[in-house]
Amino acid sequence: MLEYIKNVWLGFWTVIVGMKITFTHLFEKKVTVQYPDDRYPIPPNARNKLHLEPTLCNGCTSCARICPVNCIKVETLRVVPDDPEQPMIADGTKRKLWVPVYDIDFAKCCFCGLCTTVCPTFAIKHTVEFEYSTYSRDDLYVRFSDMSPEKVAEKKKMLEEFQAKEKAAKAEAARKAAEEKSKAEAQAKAESSPVTESKESN
Amino acid sequence: METTNFVYNLIPNETIAIIVISVIPLIFLIVYALLAILGELKISAWIQERLGPMRTGPWGILQPIAEVVKLIQKEDLTPDSANKPLFNLAPYIIFMGAYASFAVIPFSRYFVPSGINIGLFYIFAVGSIAVIGIVMGGWASNNKYSLLGAMRSVAQIISYEIPGAMAILSVAVLASSLDLEKINIAQEGGIWNWFIFGGQGSWSKIWVFPFTLVLSLIYLVASLAETNRTPFDIPEGESELVAGYHTEYSGMKFAMFFFAEYANMFVVAAVLTITFFGGWNSPFGNFMQGPGWDVFWFISKAFFFVILQIWLRWTLPRLRVDQLMYVGWKVLLPFSFICFLFISLFKMIN
Repeated sequence: MLEYIKNVWLGFWTVIVGMKITFTHLFEKKVTVQYPDDRYPIPPNARNKLHLEPTLCNGCTSCARICPVNCIKVETLRVVPDDPEQPMIADGTKRKLWVPVYDIDFAKCCFCGLCTTVCPTFAIKHTVEFEYSTYSRDDLYVRFSDMSPEKVAEKKKMLEEFQAKEKAAKAEAARKAAEEKSKAEAQAKAESSPVTESKESN
Repeated sequence: METTNFVYNLIPNETIAIIVISVIPLIFLIVYALLAILGELKISAWIQERLGPMRTGPWGILQPIAEVVKLIQKEDLTPDSANKPLFNLAPYIIFMGAYASFAVIPFSRYFVPSGINIGLFYIFAVGSIAVIGIVMGGWASNNKYSLLGAMRSVAQIISYEIPGAMAILSVAVLASSLDLEKINIAQEGGIWNWFIFGGQGSWSKIWVFPFTLVLSLIYLVASLAETNRTPFDIPEGESELVAGYHTEYSGMKFAMFFFAEYANMFVVAAVLTITFFGGWNSPFGNFMQGPGWDVFWFISKAFFFVILQIWLRWTLPRLRVDQLMYVGWKVLLPFSFICFLFISLFKMIN
């Protein structure tokens, strides 16, 4: 009987204690963050959306090669030595490659961060932006190159001309070399067998 | 008919007056239900240190309206194998049971929808109609979870009606009446004359005070069980029974269940207010006492108990079925009998 009374009292008392606890929680500071209006600070080393600084990229394609999901696509063009622009990379070195195509498909990106570690010029970086969901998968395909299509066409043409010139120069050089070689050979021949030569000359 | 009702004096045509009288509690009920839903959302959020709804209107105060609109828009599904007439009727019967109680609830000395002299008995009688609705809904759904939930609910309501009725009966003994208005009048004269402190009378009522206190607690617990609220919400224990007897309901019919639950909450809070907490009486004697203040005191007291129910819901976990039966039959019932006995004895001697 005493056990029973104790039990009932305990039941009643625990309810009172529980209600006291919930009552104090009523007035405590709320933990809710009203998300779109205010938000938690994101740590600066968070791995969210990637961003490429096109003026820094030297087109080495390390990022495209290390990417485990092949979401980065890089195409480069050689800078012609007699280019009137004489382009520079933002870190002060001379640009050797144009980067007409630098695309990242964020639908594929797995945010591993390998591209940022291999980048020699720190051109590709993670930002703290994470709200870039879109209605179409195509909108996640981001083009980072800062070159206009006209400029790309111009540079392509320039390179082609240069290559043609180079080829011509090479061919010329090769021809000259071959000529000299044949001349030299002929000379050598003449020196080695002067008799026959004299015969022939006669 | 008695003219304790101001509407009869206001409107000479009796038919129109009766319609107005029966509509007033419904309007009140709709407004109250919206407030109670908001209270439920906000109190639950605050207890869990959240903010609750914040987007709909300032501080989310329009959230209940949004929820009602959502429920009305939803598709009204009826399962293929359900018994259609019973299935469709059940929510309205449950709501009817809850709404019928409002007929005798005295909001003020000048507004009692129907001043019958067996008000307490009537409330208990029509309160049991909900059981039929629950069984109908549960069984007609043709779903094992609904049926189990309905069975649990009925077992629970029937077992908790007895201690609840014993508690109310003690008040009937103290007030010597079943008329809710007379019970209210018997508690006039300040907080000390409320039935929780033994009602009007000399200092000898100090002997009855512990028993009335216990009885008010017993009625509170029993009323929680009757409205299927936590910690007695095993009929809709979602971890076991999906949603109990209203698993198969959607849209408007589900809204009716919801509405009936909130209406029931108010009815039990009103009964508790009337029987133990002075009903429409001001706690300060004649100060702030009058027909207008009656409404204020009655509704604010009833709201306090509705909030208490919400507070309890977000404090306590659900009881197991056997624990529920234990509490009902082995704790509340003997205690209510003892208290009833002592109160009757006191009333007899005094």
